[in-house]
Amino acid sequence: MSEQESDANEPVEMLRMPVELDYTYSAGTSASRFLRAFAEGKLLGQRCPVDGKVYIPTRGSCPQHGVPIDGEPVEVADKGTLVTYSIVRVPSENIPLELPYVAIQVVLDGADTAMHHVLSECELEDVHMGMRLQAKWKPREEWETSVGNILYFIPIDEPDAPYDSYKEHI
Amino acid sequence: MSQESSLTAPHKMAYTYKRSLGPVLSRFATALRDRKILGARRADGTVMVPPKEYDPDTAAAIEELVEVGPAGVVKSWAWVGEPRAAQPLARPFAYALVQLDGADTPMVQVVDAGSEEAMKTGMRVTARWSDEATGMITDLSFVPVDGEA
Repeated sequence: MSEQESDANEPVEMLRMPVELDYTYSAGTSASRFLRAFAEGKLLGQRCPVDGKVYIPTRGSCPQHGVPIDGEPVEVADKGTLVTYSIVRVPSENIPLELPYVAIQVVLDGADTAMHHVLSECELEDVHMGMRLQAKWKPREEWETSVGNILYFIPIDEPDAPYDSYKEHI
Repeated sequence: MSQESSLTAPHKMAYTYKRSLGPVLSRFATALRDRKILGARRADGTVMVPPKEYDPDTAAAIEELVEVGPAGVVKSWAWVGEPRAAQPLARPFAYALVQLDGADTPMVQVVDAGSEEAMKTGMRVTARWSDEATGMITDLSFVPVDGEA
């Protein structure tokens, strides 16, 4: 039910009208396999049988070639290369992160698709494309079937990846 | 749960819209808080409820709002036998087109008639206000007027 906020003596000028859609999300076979592996600290991708590219998460079919991906999953690393980013300074009700934070696309080592995540423990002016990152995991006892097991990514002391190695993801 | 089955999770998508009412609907909402229903007087003299900001025929800005109701006639209705969580009442009710006394257009609103048998096109209903009116359309619902067909 909607709610109204106004002083009883003032005209009513604003109306809160929240829209809520309650779903039960079903992850499907492929994403469920990915999430169950995530609960054990493993990041699973799948290789397209046409061009050999590794998609992460596992998804059951190749979006580019439209063919089923039914081979065994491929484990990829929990570190990778930042390919693009955005510094977020606007709050959002469902994102409990302190502002500003850095939303990133990271290509994990062994994967050919970028994953969306967050970068932390890094000065904003030091964020740049090509920087090498490592996942910061929650304590093991808190792992569940959720990508939230990785809290965020942090920079690591490795030379930047060469531009040609990630340019297709920009 | 077997390893092959699909994981599921609750997923609530919510848009926290807040809308500016503008001058005409602001007067309408403020009147609801005072337990009054306002309609818009159009250039041809007819009254539309709820008011709009512009005359639908001439596009002239609406200036005059007049009080209508609180009683009116059910022009059409649909019975809601199994209300859903977000609907205004938890018990069965009717959504009806109610043309208020003094109005030339009907408005959609709840008629809390108790049973489907109590509903009839042409029946008279009157406004019932929530205990604490806040300026929402949900402050208002209608109930049958006793003894009037």
